[in-house]
Amino acid sequence: MPDTLAAPAATRTTGWKQTALQGWGRSSLSPCLAARPERLRELRAALDAPEGRTLIAHGGGRSYGDAALNTDGAVVVTGRLDRILGFDPATGELVAEPGVTFADLLDVFLPRGFVAPVSPGTSHVTLGGALANDVHGKNHHHVGSFGDHVLWFDLLLPDGRMQRVSPESDPGLFQATVGGIGLTGLIAAIGLRLMRVPSNALAVSRRRVRDLDEFLAGFESAAGATWSVGWIDALAGGASLGRGVLETAEPSESGLDAAPPRAKRFPIDAPGWLLNGLSVRAFNELYWRRVPAGGQQVTVPYRQFLYPLDAIEGWNRMYGKQGFRQFQCVVPPGPGVAALRRLLETVAGSGNASFLAVLKVMGPDGQGMLSFGMPGYSLALDIPARPGSEAVFAQLERITRDAGGRIYLAKDSLLSAEGFAAMYPRAGEFRAVREQVDPNRRLSSDMARRLGL
Amino acid sequence: MSDTWLILGASSAVARAFAREAASHGAALLLAGRDMEDLEHQAADLAIRHGVSAQPMRFEARDLASHAGFIAECRQEAEKNGAGRGLLNVFLAFGVMPEQAEADADPAVAAGMVEANFTGAASVLGALGPVLEAQRGGTVVALGSVAGDRGRKRNFLYGATKAALLVYLQGYAARLSGAGVRVLCIKAGPVDTGMTWALPKLPFMASPRQFAAAAWRRAGTGGGSAYLPVVWWPVMTIIRLLPTPVFNKLNI
Repeated sequence: MPDTLAAPAATRTTGWKQTALQGWGRSSLSPCLAARPERLRELRAALDAPEGRTLIAHGGGRSYGDAALNTDGAVVVTGRLDRILGFDPATGELVAEPGVTFADLLDVFLPRGFVAPVSPGTSHVTLGGALANDVHGKNHHHVGSFGDHVLWFDLLLPDGRMQRVSPESDPGLFQATVGGIGLTGLIAAIGLRLMRVPSNALAVSRRRVRDLDEFLAGFESAAGATWSVGWIDALAGGASLGRGVLETAEPSESGLDAAPPRAKRFPIDAPGWLLNGLSVRAFNELYWRRVPAGGQQVTVPYRQFLYPLDAIEGWNRMYGKQGFRQFQCVVPPGPGVAALRRLLETVAGSGNASFLAVLKVMGPDGQGMLSFGMPGYSLALDIPARPGSEAVFAQLERITRDAGGRIYLAKDSLLSAEGFAAMYPRAGEFRAVREQVDPNRRLSSDMARRLGL
Repeated sequence: MSDTWLILGASSAVARAFAREAASHGAALLLAGRDMEDLEHQAADLAIRHGVSAQPMRFEARDLASHAGFIAECRQEAEKNGAGRGLLNVFLAFGVMPEQAEADADPAVAAGMVEANFTGAASVLGALGPVLEAQRGGTVVALGSVAGDRGRKRNFLYGATKAALLVYLQGYAARLSGAGVRVLCIKAGPVDTGMTWALPKLPFMASPRQFAAAAWRRAGTGGGSAYLPVVWWPVMTIIRLLPTPVFNKLNI
């Protein structure tokens, strides 16, 4: 075909527009230029961000803070690159574009007896985002994090080269990209091994737990469970500190045939007064009482166990226009137990109404230089963005740091550069790889600048 | 045996969504366009998600001389899929929308748009006519635009190409009606695609997925023309009825 016939259609659709993006916590609006490539050639074209602006990829928009924001820079929204490129049912090996979501995987592969081996708490996360944040699930203690199941990825480097990267082919670049919050390149494709499951359902056990010690003992005795998660009433203090519900789950041999319920939508930005100590206390009390005193065994669809919050689309609007922040840390066992207690006391005592906090056991270190995963306990809680909440975060950061723990970048918007340096000992290695692949710092984000990366 | 949908301009977001919709109903796909790398990705996706056959095909709307050969190839592929029984159906989605000012300034841009949006469409549909007549059935869905209802300051050349396409399709439908072929012109409102991404915020924007699902449902009920999303029917009725002096003063 002569070149003159190549009509302008393809190039014209790689448009940049001035817009404003938010993290999932909605605590700040970030003006930027954004492009939304619909195919690989447009992704390549997006590397030429206008006016020498820096660039960051933005997947499902589920990072709570500023990991995927680039104020006054350029942002590449990857959600339209959503093709599944290959699947081998004999090995479970999947090849997909970065905008494919966990919801897509559930729709397409659960009926065939496969699930993602690692799932974050919402199905709207893209695979590209999962890789860049090295996400973990409720089975981290057994299977590690997302990056541990990635066979390879195609990385579009800042200089325009496309490189297939595997742990064997280029361990440095692999470990810098897994959990590297998008700062080594744009992910163009991912090879991932899916996990075989016997049915579309899980056998879930729930039981009430009276306090933190009972929780930790409960996790200990449930160490063999495939999935486990604790929901803590973050408002309970004193003798009830750490009160909550412990859930464990195993793949169920028999499936369910009910159609999945449609997500309900949270209709409005809730007014700020809605979430006060009283309403949240009532909600948390109900959540606790929902589980019978003697415990409960139920069979539920994967979706319901893995992604409980997806049942209400746009639940982040519940925190109103000013938004909220999520705090998630992991602390090592031993000294970490006292830290968990202090973290919960700090939040319960601050008067910052938080819904359920999530407690999980974490397993092995992640492969990534900036991976969150390490052995210990992970605690996550939401805090509405209000005057004074930043000071609470500073306290939480201090407690975490003193205990030898770390804060999860996928959730973060407030971690200090000093705190980051103390919590992420491999940051130096990460900088060295970045110096190699992006010496001119074409890639950057609000988070990268805040953390001094 | 299954029906085949030939998607012309298959890399566009609307065409992609329509191909997924058709595949979810078991149709085989012929994905015609220029970006072969992209069409390979799409074919893999449709085959894995829906277990259908999907075949990338090289197609250039403005290379009129190639159309007869291209259609012969499509016919062969459809026969393979349908074992002689499945029907060939067509979703025509290609088109370009440069800014009016750009087309005003550069006759080559203007001519290129007419060629892609109208001449190319008429040519490939012309080549398809005998195939559709011979198979005595099938559906043709083509993407028109609300911009074709009345020439607006902002994009009347684009609108003119879509108006011409509509008139062509009316006659095409009349000619093929005896053979039992349905012809549907969708007067599309703005869809959230690469074509509209960089434009100022547009009203009643549909997602490609919603749009494709509605187009599929509408195509199942018969030919003619239809506004999608349907909210454009009352809106365009009002806009068409505005007296010229009033219309000319509006900045739309």
